[in-house]
Amino acid sequence: MIKVTTKTKNILVPLISIIAGFLVGALIMLAWSYNPIEAYSSMFSSALGNMNGIGETIREATPLILIATGFAVATKAGFFNIGLPGQAQAGWLTSIWIVLAFSNWPSYLLLPFAIIAGALAGAIVAGIAGYLRAQFGANEVITTIMLNYIVLYVCQYLMQQVMPTALRINTDTTKTISANGSLKIGWLSAMFGNSRINGGIFLAIIGLVIYWYLMKKTTTGFEIKAVGLNSFASRYAGMSAKKNIIVSMLLSGAFAGLGGVVQGLGTYQNYFTQTSSVDIGWDGLSVSLLGGGTAWGILLAAILFSILKIGGLGMQTIAGIPYEIVSIVIAAIIFFIAINYVIGLLFKTKNNRSKYYIPTRKEKAPNNSVDGPSEKIIEGSTN
Amino acid sequence: MIQKTKTVIEMRHIVKAFGDFKANDDINLTLHQGEILALLGENGAGKSTLMRILSGLLEPTSGEIWVKGKKVEINNPTEAKNLGIGMVHQHFMLMDSFTVLENIILGHETTRGMILDLKKAREQVLALSRKYGLAIDPDAKVADITVAQQQRVEILKVLYRGADILIFDEPTAVLTPKEITEFIQIIKSLAHEGKSIILITHKLEEIKAVADQVTVIRRGHDVGAFDVAQVSDDRLAELMVGRHVNMKLAKPEVQLGKKILSVKDLEVKSQQGSLAVKKLSLTIRGGEILGLAGIDGNGQDELVEALTGLRHVESGQFLINGQDLTNHKVREITQAGVAHIPADRQKYGLILSLSLADNMVLQTYYQQPFSKHGIINHPAIFAHAKKLIQKFDIRTTGAELPTSDLSGGNQQKVIIARELDRNSDLIIAFQPTRGLDVGAIEYIHRQLLKQRAAGKAILLVSYELEEIMQLSDRIAVLHDGQISGEVKPTETNDKELGLLMTGIKKEEVIND
Repeated sequence: MIKVTTKTKNILVPLISIIAGFLVGALIMLAWSYNPIEAYSSMFSSALGNMNGIGETIREATPLILIATGFAVATKAGFFNIGLPGQAQAGWLTSIWIVLAFSNWPSYLLLPFAIIAGALAGAIVAGIAGYLRAQFGANEVITTIMLNYIVLYVCQYLMQQVMPTALRINTDTTKTISANGSLKIGWLSAMFGNSRINGGIFLAIIGLVIYWYLMKKTTTGFEIKAVGLNSFASRYAGMSAKKNIIVSMLLSGAFAGLGGVVQGLGTYQNYFTQTSSVDIGWDGLSVSLLGGGTAWGILLAAILFSILKIGGLGMQTIAGIPYEIVSIVIAAIIFFIAINYVIGLLFKTKNNRSKYYIPTRKEKAPNNSVDGPSEKIIEGSTN
Repeated sequence: MIQKTKTVIEMRHIVKAFGDFKANDDINLTLHQGEILALLGENGAGKSTLMRILSGLLEPTSGEIWVKGKKVEINNPTEAKNLGIGMVHQHFMLMDSFTVLENIILGHETTRGMILDLKKAREQVLALSRKYGLAIDPDAKVADITVAQQQRVEILKVLYRGADILIFDEPTAVLTPKEITEFIQIIKSLAHEGKSIILITHKLEEIKAVADQVTVIRRGHDVGAFDVAQVSDDRLAELMVGRHVNMKLAKPEVQLGKKILSVKDLEVKSQQGSLAVKKLSLTIRGGEILGLAGIDGNGQDELVEALTGLRHVESGQFLINGQDLTNHKVREITQAGVAHIPADRQKYGLILSLSLADNMVLQTYYQQPFSKHGIINHPAIFAHAKKLIQKFDIRTTGAELPTSDLSGGNQQKVIIARELDRNSDLIIAFQPTRGLDVGAIEYIHRQLLKQRAAGKAILLVSYELEEIMQLSDRIAVLHDGQISGEVKPTETNDKELGLLMTGIKKEEVIND
C-alpha cells in the first residue's frame, strides 16, 4: 500500500484505472493479432486529431451529459431511474414533431417551444414512475423498464398511425427539420471541420450548471439530497419524501428528455423508428455512474466516453479492427474505470484532518462554556 | 478462586496518532488472569482505539504490548485470535438469516474433509454454553432471538475460537435492566473460570458491580488504574470527566405556567395494525417535566410519533397551546412550537453523511436567513452552526464535517442544540441520554432543567427509571398503551414504579 493524501488519491485512482483499462484492451487486441499501438493512435487521431474529430466527440458527448445529469438527479433522491432511454426517446420524437408541425414559426419561438416540450415529454414519462413509487411504493426499476417498452412502441404507433403523412417520408422516418427549428449553428460546424457539433452543447453545459446550482444552492436540492440519504430523518424534519421523489423524477425525466431533444434537433435532424431502447439512454447512465454523480465528473466521463466511441470508429476504418473487437476494448476500459474502487484499495490515505482542526473550548469547564447566568438556577445542592 | 496475580496483558506507553491528533497518548494497561478490568472513559476518550489496537485492527504509533509475558506485535485480528484475544463488539456482527449454531462456527467451521461437521460443532458449542451458563437455542434463527440472546451468541462465538482474554465493548448499552443483571452473572462466571476480561464502559454502577480493577482514560490520556473497592462513584466520575460531576442536579421550584400540551383519548395504531395507544390522556403545563416511564414496547414509540406528526392518529386529539394539531403535518407541528429529540438519533435525528451545519438546519433550512426564495445562504448556515457549536459545547473540528465523524455524545448534542435553539414551547425528549456517558448525561439533564426553568413543557420518555425519578415533576407510567398510574417522584419508589410498569394499577399497588 502506498500512502498518499486524499487529493492525490482522487486524481491517481481514475488515472490508473484508465491506464489499466487501455492495457487490458491492448492485450485483447494482441490476442487477436492486431497492433494495439496503431489501434490506439488511430483512436486518438480520429477523436482528437483534427477539428472534425473534436467536433464529433463533443457532439457525441452532448446528449450523454444531459442524460447522465438526469440520472444523477434521481439518484440523489434515492431513485434508480433506468427509464432514461424511454424518456430521451419521448423528448426526441416530441421535439421533432413540433418543429415539423410548426415549421412556419420563427426560430426564436419554435426552438424554445420544441426544447421545452421535449423536456416536458421526458418529465411526464419519468413522472409516471415517480408518482407510482411515491403513491403506491411501486419499485421504480420495474416501472421504468416497462415504461421504456411502452415509450418504444407508443412512438412506433404514433409514427405509423397518428403522424400526418405530410410530416414524414415513410412510416419509419420523419422529414428532415427546417433550419429554423434546428440546433445546428453554421459557424460552429464550420469551425469544427463541418462536423455535426451543434448548439445542444450549450444546452448541455447550461444543464450541468443548473444541476450543480440546484444541488448546491437551493432548498429543493437540499431536500432531494436529504431524502435520498436518509428518508427517516427527512420525514422527521418535516420534508415530504413523496413530493421530493416526484420532483426529482420530473427533473430527471426533463434532463433525459433534453438529451433526446439534442439528439433529434442537433445530431440527426429527424426522427426514425427505433427497434430497441435508444442507446444514448444506457450510455448516459454509464456516464453518470462513471462520473460519480458530480457535475465535473459527468462532464469528464461524457468526454471520455465520446472519445472511445468516436475513436472506436477510427480504429475500425483506419486500423481495420472489426467493430466487435473495438467494442470489447471500449468495454474493457469502461470496466476498469467502473471498478476503480478496487484500484483505490492500493492506496492508504494519510489522515489530514489536522488541516481542518479548529480548537474548541473543550479545555474549559462546561460550567463556564455552556451559557452563563441561567445555569446558576440549577446549581447548588440536591433538592 | 484463581489467584489474580499472573499478568496476561500489559500495554506499555501506547500512543496512537491520527495526524496531529493523538487518540491515545501514553496509555498503560495491565490485566491479570481471572480479573475483570473496566476501561472507563467518556465517549471519544480513546477506549475503543486502545482496544482496537489490542485486537489487531489498528497499529499503534509507538508503545509495547506484552501478552502472557511475551512481547508481541498484533498486526491483524487473526494474530489477536491466536493469542487468545477475542472481542465482543457493541454492534453485533451476526448473520440474521443463519441459525445460532451457524453463526457461532462461521469462519471457524469444524469440517470432515469438505463436509461441515455440524454435529461435532453442536456438541462443542453446547458444552461451552453449559459451562458458562450461556443459554441459547442453537437452531433458532438470529433474526428471531432477542438482543440479549444475540449477545450470548457473540460471547460463545469468541469462546468457541478459544479466547481466554475477552474484550466487551459497551456490552450493556443494548440491554434491559433485567438482562443487565443476567449479563453481570455471565461475566462473573467467565472470570471465575479463569477468563480475563476487559470491559469497556462508561457506566459507573456496572463497574462497581463487577469490576476488580479500573483503568481510566480521559481525552486520550492515562488517568491511572484503581482498585474498584477503594474508589467511590463520585471520584470515578470526576476522574473520567476531569471535573466534579453533579450526579444529582438541583431542581428549583418553578412557577407552573399555562397548559401547553393536552392529549385527550388518543388512540394510535402500531405498524402491525393493532392499537398501541389506547384512550390515552395527559396534560403538561409550562415549567413542568412529565416523565413517561414504562417498559419498551408499551406504546412509547407510537405516542411520540403521533404527537410529532409521524404517525396517524385513529381517534382522540391533542392540543398544543390550545391549537388542535391532531394529524397535522410534521412541519406544521414543528412550527407550532414542538421540539423533538428522537430515540434513535442516527436514524431519525441526523443525516449522518451531511455536515454538522446542514444538520443544524434540518427543519429550518427553508426559512430566512438560511434561505431566501429557495436559494440557500451557506454563510448564514455556517454562522448558525458555529454559534451553536460554541453555545452547546459540541466537540468537533469543524462545522463542515459530516456528523458521522462525531462521537455519540456529540451527535446527541447536535440534536439537542438544534431542537432547543428553536425555542419551542413543548419539548419531547425520547431516551435523550441513551448510550451516553455521565458527563454527557449530566449536560443533557442540565439543558432539560434549564428549559423547565424557562417555562417550557417537557415530555420525557425514558426506559431509565433513574433518569425519570431525577428529572420529573410528575411521573406517568405507560403500560399497554394506557397510563397505569401517575405518581410524584418524591412520593414513590422503584418498587411501586416497577409494579405500575407491569400493569398493576395504582389502587392495587396501594392495597397491596
